[in-house]
Amino acid sequence: MAEDGRPGARVELSGWGWRHAGRDAHTLRGVDLVIDPGERVLLLGASGTGKSTLLHALAGLTGDDGAIGGDEEGLLLVDGERARRGRAGAALVAQDPESQIVMARAGDDVAFGPENLGVPPEGIRERVGEALEAVGFPYGPRHPTGALSGGEKQRLVIAGALAMRPRLLLLDEPTANLDPAGADLVRGVLGRLLERTRATMVLVEHRVAEVVDLVDRVVVLEAGGGVVADGPPRSVFADHGAALAAQGVWVPGHEPAPSTGAAPGGAVLLEAAGVAARTPPGLGVRVPPRRPVLENVDLAVRAGTATALTGPNGAGKSTLLTLLAGLARPYRGAVLPRGPLAAADRRPLARWPARRLARHVGTVFQHAEDQFVTGTVRDELRFAPLRAGRGARETEAWVGELLERLRLTALADVHPYTLSGGEKRRLSVATALSSGPSHAPDVLVLDEPTFGQDTRTWSELVELLGELRSQGRAVVMATHDGLLLRRLADVRVRVARGRAEETGRTAAEGGTRGRP
Amino acid sequence: MADREPGAPVADALTLDPPDDGGARYWLTRFNPAAKLVAAMVLGLGLVPAVDAVTGGVVLLGVLALVPFSGLDRRTLLVLGGPFLLMGLSSGLVNYLYGVEGLEGAVGAAVRLLAIALPGLIAAAGSDPTDLADGLVQRLGVPERPAMGVLAALRLLPLLADHWRTVTLARRARGLEAGRNPARMAALFFGRMFALLVRAIRTGTLMATAMDARAFGTGPRSRARHSRWGTGDTLLPVGALLLLAAAYALSARLGTLVLLFS
Repeated sequence: MAEDGRPGARVELSGWGWRHAGRDAHTLRGVDLVIDPGERVLLLGASGTGKSTLLHALAGLTGDDGAIGGDEEGLLLVDGERARRGRAGAALVAQDPESQIVMARAGDDVAFGPENLGVPPEGIRERVGEALEAVGFPYGPRHPTGALSGGEKQRLVIAGALAMRPRLLLLDEPTANLDPAGADLVRGVLGRLLERTRATMVLVEHRVAEVVDLVDRVVVLEAGGGVVADGPPRSVFADHGAALAAQGVWVPGHEPAPSTGAAPGGAVLLEAAGVAARTPPGLGVRVPPRRPVLENVDLAVRAGTATALTGPNGAGKSTLLTLLAGLARPYRGAVLPRGPLAAADRRPLARWPARRLARHVGTVFQHAEDQFVTGTVRDELRFAPLRAGRGARETEAWVGELLERLRLTALADVHPYTLSGGEKRRLSVATALSSGPSHAPDVLVLDEPTFGQDTRTWSELVELLGELRSQGRAVVMATHDGLLLRRLADVRVRVARGRAEETGRTAAEGGTRGRP
Repeated sequence: MADREPGAPVADALTLDPPDDGGARYWLTRFNPAAKLVAAMVLGLGLVPAVDAVTGGVVLLGVLALVPFSGLDRRTLLVLGGPFLLMGLSSGLVNYLYGVEGLEGAVGAAVRLLAIALPGLIAAAGSDPTDLADGLVQRLGVPERPAMGVLAALRLLPLLADHWRTVTLARRARGLEAGRNPARMAALFFGRMFALLVRAIRTGTLMATAMDARAFGTGPRSRARHSRWGTGDTLLPVGALLLLAAAYALSARLGTLVLLFS
């Protein structure tokens, strides 16, 4: 590629610190760091240490006309100048491809950056062609961006960054939102790119093991502080691995090993019979017709069993979950209660009154915020038991216990939206369970429950789910998390091309698993 | 306005060719969206002075005749046009019940509203948003930053629709259901609106950050796409003007023309 000849940018921070607007504490402070041209650096730290903030600052987004407001101190220089967005040669790729694609057609989207840089039209066309080729984009420039899969979208976002011919490539968990196949694709693209370009790269990634081959240096940050470790990956992990792992960082060789009880198994509680679902309708000219997402899916959910739905992004896992949870009506077929669940109501789940449904089937959404309905953490937890008719004293005792157990006691009176990612996740699981100790729902349905969590929250979640399973409750989850699958999944169902097929059953070894 | 004229690039990978598939049903989509918008504005503004049913009716019939060629399907027309139809009918009804002009005035009010709204609806909903923004910026001199901002926001609409569905499902998951109680229905609706707003702000902020990171608004932009303008694009507003003139002439001839403030 054309930028091959251009050296990467040199980054220099001294005494650098950042405090977000409206916060009392500094996110980062006293950061001293020099990154030489062409170096590949992985930034590590527990959640909330300001890794993303540092990337944004390097991209020039925290400057005077930047999108992010706050107080800056110390020096942050890219090639000896204060970082300015765009013209300084930095390009940023963030987590969620959905919110980074600006235009409706692939080529237009890649052209967006060069257009903003004032590149003449002929030059733009050349750059768009090059960038799309560099990421192995399988379609033409006129392909609608809305019709791309998650992995394809993220490849397009990387192409959009490359088209700006960056000398400093900033990657903020670029594979976090992707299914394993999509993440592999993107990592492959990055690996090939880094061989060809001399650009400096700074990478933030949760799951370290998967990217450690892409970097030659690891820098560990501390919340409210600066750099606490710096060096080649192997020596940093050897010296600081245990300490990092204790803070919840995913470190190779220090994977959490939660103890999950045995899977007792049990009767079928839910049965999907011939279920079909379609995409929602669109409006406009030449909108694609409603397309089937699921066709004729049959699935049985058993008590005392963890059922995992796997499969590529967009294959209909989340849709199937909402149908199994009785939240939406399938286009054809029905999800029917069986065994003890049928004693509550014999009708298809989608026709149950919401109150009854919430008592028997708990749902945890991928974005925890979607399911919060009150103004404080405590009210969120009180909500279900009070509606289920529990007395005030019983409710308070149970809410106190849940708060303690989920490490949310200190936050009982704050608004749920102000919690951190891990806290939100813990609260959302708690709300789905909070009808009472002996009244947890018979079926718990979770969409990507471990997504983006540090090892501490991860372990707590897995232990909690294991405990529910031991009590004979059914756990159904959609997940890409390989470790979660190994630790907890008894039955694996692959959802792809409108079908759901059981691909594995590990119930036999259920009793021996999960002991560290 | 047009800066690289008229020898604009032809083999331009990013400029969309006028769609030639689909035949007559998509005839209107071949025009520059800016031309459609100008034509719609000619009709809309031109109808403001005339309040009788005949002038509006002729324009309405003329535009209705184009609907089958607009590329819009029945569902889109119904969903987007439904509110206007309702507005037209209710405005007619109110005029009939309380107006001084009786049935004639009422029909005039309804027809006029529809005749003003329909061309704009066809122009906006029947155009590709990117082409529309390009046309507005390059042909009508609309400032670039707001046009691109609105275009990016349009890409968020399907995401918002998704969020709305999720938020609705989440209320049911928590055991919230309005049943037939209107007060509870309203409370639930506002709860969902709030949850949607939070998500929308978050997504919007992420996208703004992404646009900033791609140097949006750091200096003068160049343009990867060229907004084409052919003879047909000039003729479309002219045609609209002719239709308008014909409507006024016919109405005057029949003696039905009633002007505002007359």
